[in-house]
Amino acid sequence: MSEQKQQRDKVAKKALLGIIEQFYDQFEHQKVPNIVMPTRTKANIEYNNDSEVWVYGDSTSVRSAKTVKGANQILKMSYVVELLIKEHLENNRGSTLRELYYISENWDIAKFNEQPESDRMIEDLEIISALQREYFHMRPEEDGATLFGSLKLKETTKRGERIIHCRDDVGEGGYQIPFNVENVEFLEHDAKFIIAIETGGMHARLIENGFDEDHNAILVHLKGQPARSTRRMLKRLNEELDLPVVVFTDGDPWSYRIFASVAYGAIKSAHMSEFMATPAAKFIGVQPSDIVEYDLSTDKLTDQDIKALHSELSDPRFDSEYWKTQIQLQLDIGKKAEQQAFAGKGLDFVTQRYLPERLTEMGII
Amino acid sequence: MAQPIAEELAKKQRAISIAEFFEKNRQILGFDSAPRSLLTAVKEGVDNSLDACEEAGILPDIMVSIEDAGGENVGLVIEDNGPGIVKEQIPKIFAKLLYGSRFHAIKQSRGQQGIGISAAVLYSQLTTGRATRIISKIARDKPAYYYELIINTSTNEPEILEEKIVDWDRSRGTRVELEMKASYVKGRRQSVLEYLKSTAIVNTHARLTLVEPDGNTIVFERAVDIIPEPAQEILPHPEGIELGTLIKMLRYTDRQKLAPFLRYSFSRIGLQTAEEICKVAHLDPESDPHNLQLADAKKIIDVFKKVKISAPPTDCLSPITESLIYKGLEKEYSVDFIATVSRAASVHSGHPFLVEAGIAYGGSLGKEDRVNILRFANRVPLLYQQGGCGITHAIENIRWKNYSLNQPGGSIPAGPAVIIVHVASTHIPFTSESKDAVADVPEIMAEVELALKDVGRKLKIFLSKQQHLSRRREKEEIIKKLLPRIAAKVSQVLDKPTPDITPIVAKVMGNLLVQRRVSKNGDGYQVEIDIRNYGDAAFAIKLHDTHQYPVRDAHPEPKTISMGRDSDHTWKLNLKAGERETIRYHLPFVSEEEANALPGLIVEGADEAMVNGAKAVRGYVDE
Repeated sequence: MSEQKQQRDKVAKKALLGIIEQFYDQFEHQKVPNIVMPTRTKANIEYNNDSEVWVYGDSTSVRSAKTVKGANQILKMSYVVELLIKEHLENNRGSTLRELYYISENWDIAKFNEQPESDRMIEDLEIISALQREYFHMRPEEDGATLFGSLKLKETTKRGERIIHCRDDVGEGGYQIPFNVENVEFLEHDAKFIIAIETGGMHARLIENGFDEDHNAILVHLKGQPARSTRRMLKRLNEELDLPVVVFTDGDPWSYRIFASVAYGAIKSAHMSEFMATPAAKFIGVQPSDIVEYDLSTDKLTDQDIKALHSELSDPRFDSEYWKTQIQLQLDIGKKAEQQAFAGKGLDFVTQRYLPERLTEMGII
Repeated sequence: MAQPIAEELAKKQRAISIAEFFEKNRQILGFDSAPRSLLTAVKEGVDNSLDACEEAGILPDIMVSIEDAGGENVGLVIEDNGPGIVKEQIPKIFAKLLYGSRFHAIKQSRGQQGIGISAAVLYSQLTTGRATRIISKIARDKPAYYYELIINTSTNEPEILEEKIVDWDRSRGTRVELEMKASYVKGRRQSVLEYLKSTAIVNTHARLTLVEPDGNTIVFERAVDIIPEPAQEILPHPEGIELGTLIKMLRYTDRQKLAPFLRYSFSRIGLQTAEEICKVAHLDPESDPHNLQLADAKKIIDVFKKVKISAPPTDCLSPITESLIYKGLEKEYSVDFIATVSRAASVHSGHPFLVEAGIAYGGSLGKEDRVNILRFANRVPLLYQQGGCGITHAIENIRWKNYSLNQPGGSIPAGPAVIIVHVASTHIPFTSESKDAVADVPEIMAEVELALKDVGRKLKIFLSKQQHLSRRREKEEIIKKLLPRIAAKVSQVLDKPTPDITPIVAKVMGNLLVQRRVSKNGDGYQVEIDIRNYGDAAFAIKLHDTHQYPVRDAHPEPKTISMGRDSDHTWKLNLKAGERETIRYHLPFVSEEEANALPGLIVEGADEAMVNGAKAVRGYVDE
């Protein structure tokens, strides 16, 4: 085990023990066990000027064993913390959220009734301890996304350390981002920027056309709404290697939200925003103005699309002149376009024309 | 010279029959829309059957059958096991408007004007051109008569199209078959099904059977085998009688002298009261009522108001009774709680009336919906014009929040409840001829409010008991199951001894916690007794600490009584919610073993369930 990992496990254990000690102290001081949490509602989300991401505000709520609901939560939390300390951290094991739900089957009245309940408990522990679930060895369900490009890194795995070059040592699928990005150490690179791509089709197009080599780019596949580890990876690449990040998605309201979760953080995981959001990330396209400019083949906006666009107009994360103009334009033309729409101009159009032009415009190349 | 115009006009002026009038104004009688026309016809037929059965002392067994007759028409059959109708009366009862037995009697009955079923016959012939068929039989050994009838609208007289004796496999009863332009609807308040359901609730002695057009049969079974006491007929009560009515009575009476006229024409006027009325009105008790003038009649009316006359007798009313409303609601709804009330009789404008009410709560009733209101007048469900009804207005006047029901917008309350109100009277003041809504008569509304407040209070008591129980259960779950496990788990994780959860139990329960601690002090031991009130009510208690050791430097000072070898030290304590008190004393010359084995403390004057850390005994504690 690397020294860094040992250090992180120590921090996690201390934080988790602190929660249990707090309950014990409360018993000793004849206080009904309770725990104070930030209120996890939309109303308690605010923009942090320093980190430029959305985080929880000052409003808190108390879970107390005075009510059945509160007592139940504290009991379940005690069981989960015990598992995390004794199984995960002391025995160097890990489980997925789904597994946690099944493990609780044996906990009698402390067992979870449904998985969202145990998922929420892990989020609670993240908020209380100010540590990410990766510190507790909680693995996500889904695969991390993939990364392709001229980047050499060292990953600490269960079976020892591996040194991997993310273009020369991997197949066309790319390097799989591990669930715990903290186990990765960047060794060397000759990249100028990172391009995060929403769809598999476009990701493959850029690899096939050698876009990474032509422009010294690292290609990251977002696979739709990006997983935590993918967002964390983007942030680390941006901050530690000082590489600009651009996000390339479809031209529809749902894709803009994918960009927003990369750049500003998601409301559901606001407690993790400072850890996972990359405020410096820029949106490269597909822009509504591209639909007009390149006369891309399009689909009509559905009622849901229109509703989503209107809701984005009032979303503080999109409160900029750029987004207001683009969204309004999209509402006016009533159309949306996929990344693949560029293929209508020829298979090389996106790598030869669109991206180089946009990147130049944005001052990245 | 031309004729005067009045003579010309006079040629066109003639009397119109009541049948002709209703031919043109059928909406007055409730035959406006297609669904409502069917409902009105069913209602009139069933009301007649119920009234007839009750008068004859027969347990009603009534069948309503509805068939699709093609086009916009339906066929309706209503059959009862009632006393039957004598042959001669059949045509008049079914085919002559304003013919009936109840109009002139002052007593509670469903129908009054004698319009109902003949109006249905009229509507049937107007909309389909068909005659109405009637079979009636009055006894097992009498023949069953069959009639086909229509109404001659210009004369309001029955026309008999066919008359014969038929075979009928019933021992007794009446069957009427009508065809009319109407429609059968389901799934709404104003439907035949809901009408029969409501009727079944307040007529627990009746069996009602509905055969729907698709052949589906629904039976509302009777809950009791007792026929309600038939209402008695009474004389008019002087209070509220109108001048014109009095003049008519004076002119057509058979009595020759005023005092006996008063005595025998009104209820509650005896010999003495009749004399007193004459005296106060300065009228000769011997005078002939036929000779009295308008001014004299006015005087009599004035004196009726001045002289004390008892309220009208109430045996003319036939209440459903508290227990039968209860049974009716229980039979038709699946609920957690029912309260009913039957109020004493009261008077409006000289007419006796009484109000009965009930609330059914919980069970399968919708939680968010408006409360379902069932209105009844003389046991007849009122289905239309709920918003314009005095009963509804009385319900809206009540502040239901006081009785644990929501009342959005201050109108009809919301929650899983049914409210039932029955007004029984010799004269129900309806707002219109179609008898859908009771007028806003202040006396009736006041009685409705009092009745509902009464059942509302019972509901509130039930609900607060429920709430208290569930809170208690919840706390018990925390204390018995959750807290001990939390304590065990956290101590297991930390590998520390399991903490004492008693003080926290007291906090959660809101109880009195008594704790005694001893600690070494000089040549003996210091004792501290903590008493904390975690509840939200005050405790007035006596604390007993009974042992054999002498107590020194006690603060506060106890009252000590010697009990043989032991002494009983008592402190009288008053602890308000959240208050805490500490008693301290010193025990010289005791060993550690002795100090740690002091007998348990006793709290006198508090419930056992309310005390933690000491034994509780009931007892009297003066303040």
